[in-house]
Amino acid sequence: MTTAIVQYNAGNIRSVLYALERIGTTAIVTDDPEQLRSADKVIFPGVGEASSAMAYLKERGLDQVIAGLTQPVLGICLGMQLMCSWSEENDTVCLGIFPEKVKRFRPADKLLKVPQIGWNNITRLKSSLFEGVAENSYCYFVHGYHAAIGSHTIATTDYGGDYSSGLHRENFYGVQFHPEKSAAVGEQILRNFLFKINT
Amino acid sequence: MLTKRIIPCLDIKDGRTVKGTNFVDLRDAGDPVELGRLYAEQGADELVFLDITATVEKRKTLRELVNRISHGINIPFTVGGGISSVEDVSVLLQHGADKISVNTAAFKNPALITDLEKSFGSQCVVLAIDTRLEEDGNWYVYLNGGRTRTERLCTDWAKEGVARGAGEILLTSMNHDGTKQGFALDITAELSRSLQVPVIASGGGGNAAHFAEVFEKAGADAALAASIFHFKEVAIPDLKAELAARGLPIRR
Repeated sequence: MTTAIVQYNAGNIRSVLYALERIGTTAIVTDDPEQLRSADKVIFPGVGEASSAMAYLKERGLDQVIAGLTQPVLGICLGMQLMCSWSEENDTVCLGIFPEKVKRFRPADKLLKVPQIGWNNITRLKSSLFEGVAENSYCYFVHGYHAAIGSHTIATTDYGGDYSSGLHRENFYGVQFHPEKSAAVGEQILRNFLFKINT
Repeated sequence: MLTKRIIPCLDIKDGRTVKGTNFVDLRDAGDPVELGRLYAEQGADELVFLDITATVEKRKTLRELVNRISHGINIPFTVGGGISSVEDVSVLLQHGADKISVNTAAFKNPALITDLEKSFGSQCVVLAIDTRLEEDGNWYVYLNGGRTRTERLCTDWAKEGVARGAGEILLTSMNHDGTKQGFALDITAELSRSLQVPVIASGGGGNAAHFAEVFEKAGADAALAASIFHFKEVAIPDLKAELAARGLPIRR
């Protein structure tokens, strides 16, 4: 089985690779369209800013490549947000794989900091991506923008209101948290994506 | 619900863990990767590795250590100590660090914070501030591991740092560090209430009651300690159980 990690101008690509190595597997890190299309699984990670990331993907035609993938794809953090239709972060049109929109946190409670940094619960888990993961498990989040709840929501988190911490449509999956940094829970989710999910 | 974070700090010299009391009298407390993995298994929410090596080999040994840490540990970690350029940070992030902390170099060249935020995003830029309460009633910024006093007030510098793009503040009270008598509640509260970004309280944590009060009374988002964990005076699972029993949001 080949796993490809999408190489682009967003941080933490290596962290995902190292997490795969910790659970006993590996991946190629590539921006080559053919390698991405022929991999069995694709991980689309990312930490950074939406508009510069989208601009980078478009310049290289990677936006079309990613949206056209037919094998299981897992977007992580910014990767998941870029798979949505639009982000408020610099008014960015994204890939449109998920129709949900991405907006900035504006918590009424001023003690809730933006970005959200730290461990929060994932609830209402609805996908085989979360097989063996208990309701209310804690995952590690670092983000200032969030996807709304929609028909593709497979995990929900509360930070001054509920938002989508997981999305799924056809072969595309996305998680807002960082499974590569979420201890044993995150490793279970990565294992599920790599070894349990076939479509 | 977002939880309060417990962060063990590992001071590193020549690849080994040390901890000073009031920044002097270093004692050896083990291998950083082994200790870090142990803390992660015990429920630490994050780790901070602070490199105090002063040799010319520093960059290489730190890079290698970060590489080992990122292969061995499944929770987020921050690396700090003598980081002074975008290039330094780029190398450490490429080797798997999640965040980096800057202190003296950022104070001397505040544009460094702006450059780091532009290059890597504020989520990976932690501004570490060492501060001391003086007889005039003000908290002053200290540099060089607490050896150099400045005329700058802690709150002013913290606000500038956040405006320039720091994503978190790691606040160490030199008055409290090493005392195990509790965190500096007033300055921590002042920063956590006035800043948009999370504040990590550091210095003085000696027991669960100290951690509870810095979260409840001072509004800290995270609390950092070193020697109480290294010398097994406080066990992380016991600490988290006690904080949870007091009704604080804690990951267990």
